[in-house]
Amino acid sequence: MSSLIRNQKDFWSGIIFLVVGLAAVIIGREYTMGTAGRMGPAYFPTILGWLLALLGMISIVRSLFRPGEPISRFAIKDIVMIMSAVILFGLLIRGAGLFVAVITLVMLSGFASTKFKVLPFLAVAIGLAIFAVLVFVTGLGLPMPIVGPWLRF
Amino acid sequence: MEILQNLALGFDTALSLTNLFYCLIGVFLGTAIGVLPGLGPVATIAMLLPATFTLPPVSSLIMLSGIYYGAQYGGSTTAILVNLPGESSSVVTALDGYQMARQGRAGKALATAALASFFAGTVATFLLALFAPPLADLALKFGPAEYFSLMVLGLVASVVLAHGSLLRAVGMIILGLLLGLVGTDVNSGTPRYTFDLPQLADGINFVVVAMGMFGLGEIIANLEHEESRSLLAMKVGTLMPDKEDLKRIVAPILRGTALGSLLGILPGGGAMLASFSAYSVEKKVSKNSANFGKGAIEGVAAPEAANNAGAQTSFIPMLTLGIPSNPVMALMIGAMIIQGIQPGPAVMTEQPALFWGIIASMWIGNFFLIVLNLPMIGLWVRMIMVPYHFLYPGILVFCAIGVFSLSNSEFDVYLMALFGLFGYICTKLSAEPAPMLLGFIIGPMMEEYLRRALLLSRSDPMVFLQRPISATMLILSAIAMAVVLLPALRKKREEAFVE
Repeated sequence: MSSLIRNQKDFWSGIIFLVVGLAAVIIGREYTMGTAGRMGPAYFPTILGWLLALLGMISIVRSLFRPGEPISRFAIKDIVMIMSAVILFGLLIRGAGLFVAVITLVMLSGFASTKFKVLPFLAVAIGLAIFAVLVFVTGLGLPMPIVGPWLRF
Repeated sequence: MEILQNLALGFDTALSLTNLFYCLIGVFLGTAIGVLPGLGPVATIAMLLPATFTLPPVSSLIMLSGIYYGAQYGGSTTAILVNLPGESSSVVTALDGYQMARQGRAGKALATAALASFFAGTVATFLLALFAPPLADLALKFGPAEYFSLMVLGLVASVVLAHGSLLRAVGMIILGLLLGLVGTDVNSGTPRYTFDLPQLADGINFVVVAMGMFGLGEIIANLEHEESRSLLAMKVGTLMPDKEDLKRIVAPILRGTALGSLLGILPGGGAMLASFSAYSVEKKVSKNSANFGKGAIEGVAAPEAANNAGAQTSFIPMLTLGIPSNPVMALMIGAMIIQGIQPGPAVMTEQPALFWGIIASMWIGNFFLIVLNLPMIGLWVRMIMVPYHFLYPGILVFCAIGVFSLSNSEFDVYLMALFGLFGYICTKLSAEPAPMLLGFIIGPMMEEYLRRALLLSRSDPMVFLQRPISATMLILSAIAMAVVLLPALRKKREEAFVE
């Protein structure tokens, strides 16, 4: 399979375009199509969807003929750490409050770095948390709990 | 002289104490963030956008423009001092600027960049004031068909001028157009592609997309090449260029300004194209061309003048037609819409104070840039020294809080994480996120104009070819596409970008 594909980047971007394009067309079937003169909500996205799917097909076919650079390795650990750090921030911000959410975000995302060390990062995290509280809550008055209801007794 | 009256009105607005303050804050914050390695203007603006939402429209746009020039200048500083251009438009500045820094002439390079930017900014602001009104007048005669064709031309041009695979760039635009349609359809009230999530009913916020793709995605990509940056024990050296230097930079600055102003107006152009072309032109015409790449002061002056001129004149299509020519302008349009201003030719006639205020503030912003940055260079050097592993968690904190505060919703934070992942995948596939952001902002407008044009013509698609302005723009788009597709020319285009 992979020996057939001469251009990995063309192939996979083609797959993304094809899938998204077809999804736009298929989901769009739930909405009214209308006519060119009276366009329904499905009209424009359906055209775009077909166009994108077509581009995807071309890209996939081309990947079988025209050689290109391979895709460099995905840094799975970095992705997981950064993504989960951001998602945890979202989960914590209301319940646990800004202070804890910022510290979690910094520590977890910092772990993705090869230069991670607990103490210096903890210092940075606490510094950033205090800074964020002062700037965003005290200064700009954004409605965010500093310490959330989960941690109040 | 109407233009003088208009400029007077503009300065009247921009020189109010509050607006001056926000302009100064914008320039300062923009430089401070822009100077951080790995953060370009798009990421900087996206990060600081939420801070401007609570301001009145004029102040918020003035501050945003300030952030933009600040970020641009900050990027040049980083390029010169550590050879890490934060954005594509200062890549060429790094070529000679960094060499100058290694020879102990960093101060001169920085001062040259500042002087060149200031001069170019002044000229470009004047051009903007001169050409915006007639263009807006012309645009007022545009019907929906013209607007639609203009958008097609804009998108096509941004693809032609983007580097990398043409196919992927077109794909990314269409992907962006589709993403822009997520949310409730204004005409029928039908929620589209919302997966029954109430959080998507108003569509995806453009800040979420920009921060995810340009902030998070970039961070993950940067972490891969995490090396200890070799920071030369930095000696900035004397700041002011001497007489000999001044003599050498006058002509390059003039040429750079002219070229940059012209290229900035082009859709898809803006600062990056301007600085690349200015550098290669300068290399060809300069008497000193043998020294290019080895610390030639001309090689700093010309692209810096060009990128600032281009940055300024790219406001022309944005302010008069409401059409973004590059991702930064796309963010500006998004910000205007959030402020309740519909970008387009009507802004100038309906809100002259806002329109001229922004233009005047550009000149003031450029002035601040020069007063602020030369004395504060020590602070910027210290900011550059912050190691990346302490920097990126901080960027994440700002992105996360900023996105959360858009509408107090955790959902936006999760969505940003998702776009971050997608942005990283795009980097891996060498599919540029910039065209996607353009498409994303233009998507809903494009649908609306297509709808109206075909409604007026009673579903006759020939309307786009029967109206002369519209036809011209479509023909230009077709020519542009054909030109890139021709194999011979394609090779040239690739070579031009390699250079």
